Amino acid sequence: MNAPAYNFAYLNEQTKRMIRRAILKAIAVPGYQVPFASREMPMPYGWGTGGVQVTASVLTPDDRLKVIDQGADDTTNAVSIRKFFVKTAGVATTERTEEATIIQTRHRIPETPLTADQILVFQVPIPEPLRFLEPRETETRKMHALEEYGVMHVKLYEDIAQFGEIATTYAYPAKVADRYVFDPSPIPKFDNPKLDDCPALQLFGAGREKRIYAIPPHTKVKSLDFEDHPFEVQRWNEPCALCGSRTSFLDEIVIDDKGARMFVCSDTDFCAKQRDGR
Amino acid sequence: MYVAVKGGEQAIDAAHRLLAEERRGDRSVPSLTLAQIAEQLTLAVDRVMNEGSLHDRELAALAIQQARGDLIEAIFLIRAARTTLPRFGYSEPLETRRMRVKRRVSAAFKDIPGGQILGPTFDYTHRLLDFSLAAGLEPPEAAVAPTGLSTDMPRVLELLDSEGLIEKPSQEQGEPGDLTQDPLSFPADRDLRLQNLARGDEGFLLSLAYSTQRGYGRTHPFAGEIRVGMVEVSFTPEELGFAIVIGEITVTECEMINQFKGSAMVKPQFTRGYGLCFGQSERKAMSMALVDRSLRSGELGEERIAPAQDEEFVLSHSDNVQATGFVEHLKLPHYVDFQSELVMLRRMRAEASGDGQTLKAAE
Ligand SMILES: [Zn+2]
Repeated sequence: MNAPAYNFAYLNEQTKRMIRRAILKAIAVPGYQVPFASREMPMPYGWGTGGVQVTASVLTPDDRLKVIDQGADDTTNAVSIRKFFVKTAGVATTERTEEATIIQTRHRIPETPLTADQILVFQVPIPEPLRFLEPRETETRKMHALEEYGVMHVKLYEDIAQFGEIATTYAYPAKVADRYVFDPSPIPKFDNPKLDDCPALQLFGAGREKRIYAIPPHTKVKSLDFEDHPFEVQRWNEPCALCGSRTSFLDEIVIDDKGARMFVCSDTDFCAKQRDGR
Repeated sequence: MYVAVKGGEQAIDAAHRLLAEERRGDRSVPSLTLAQIAEQLTLAVDRVMNEGSLHDRELAALAIQQARGDLIEAIFLIRAARTTLPRFGYSEPLETRRMRVKRRVSAAFKDIPGGQILGPTFDYTHRLLDFSLAAGLEPPEAAVAPTGLSTDMPRVLELLDSEGLIEKPSQEQGEPGDLTQDPLSFPADRDLRLQNLARGDEGFLLSLAYSTQRGYGRTHPFAGEIRVGMVEVSFTPEELGFAIVIGEITVTECEMINQFKGSAMVKPQFTRGYGLCFGQSERKAMSMALVDRSLRSGELGEERIAPAQDEEFVLSHSDNVQATGFVEHLKLPHYVDFQSELVMLRRMRAEASGDGQTLKAAE
């Protein structure tokens, strides 16, 4: 019994072509969820199999890959996925946002603005923004086809009635190119404005749910809101304790058992850059 | 202290070494061999091949050892290995009528042409722990039939079919679908439903099947026939143009006879549920047949009210590799989303207690 030899980036070329076709279709119809024959990967469903398949399909030997989870390069799952591509594709990696050609992410968009020669790949758990309002795929596909998004507005309005504001803080729904309402994956709504008119190609892969969708460069992405309750993002009362940034998304670190806390950038590369004065 | 909350490459490597150590257990105890697993934990191997969707006893044994006996983890390993294998094409349909039967029972008739054959079964054993195994004693040799059993045993359901008492077998035409090659969409035809059930979690299907017996979508089932044995697998290589036998595999087939159905046009007839699995997997094959029948409720004009009749519910949640991944992904860090919720909750609470001004001003 011999260990098999793997193709570049694990997937065979036939599978990559199938995924690339789905990606092209997704780019052609921004925000539309394209079904694809997701493969079983050597990491669990829910741990980035969709993002990994998308990255594997767009990766070339000349690419420089960055992988983040929660904004950080050194979180365990980011380390694991980066190692997977180093092992199966031998590509160069980086922690610096501006040096990367492909960035695979879970739950964040880097603070450093992206450029036209970059691809941002999101790992998506539940691609369907209407799923928790309507569990049936047969129904939600119909609702998208008919552009019937009333239930979503009702849900957001009920939030306002109950809490005085829209209570969705992550995976905040937005409309792409004035057509499809989409789920930007569980990024904080803080990151939603970065989706809009972004120069980089943004690809979304949901492995378990077998869907790929895309936001082509410079596409309009509008977070859902109401005229009298406009979309707004989280703010913190204090700056990053390490770099002093007042513009980045902050993680809360509990530093003793008395409940003392410090707030630091979730984007570790951005924080280091601020500190180094890069 | 900041570094402490982030995982590191070294931590992962160390954890994996520790896992290997725990897997090995006490080094003074000899390590298991794959042959021991493949020969003596046969039903575990069968389950891993079924739900792993790959017939390879040796790989399944390796997966079971590597997974420390966690069968869902072993199934996952097999599925991931399956992704990397080249595909040559589809075999010819198995002809289970020509099975070399090792076991065959019908609960619908007392005697059947070809006979009831009990074979190796836990049925009718008293579930008392057998301490002779603990003592390492070899079992007495079992008697085997002097001549091989017939390889042309009529199916019990064919007997009913000849009288028109049961609906015809599925008349669906054309190439069957393959949900490993195309994403599943709804409504799904019976070929795809059966493929999904064959790969589905045995425990999930067992519970769904059980629920139909307790009234959540009752189908009045009879075990028409369960047969276990070897069948030939044939394949037509493109360059040859005719089918050749490439091997023999053990399968379990279950044909259920279910409550009848009729209309102004058609006289009342029994209906069918079907299950087929690798190896000796009777619990799985029977559960599959019951759930298959329940999922046909739409086609048979029955009201869909129970979970087992709900195609989207059953097919979307039957896969244990998907299920375990998504449930267990809750172990991954969610600090960013949790922080977002904390920020909002604190502000809402502050506003509710009247000191919202200070926080509002900071926004
Ligand atoms: Zn910082």
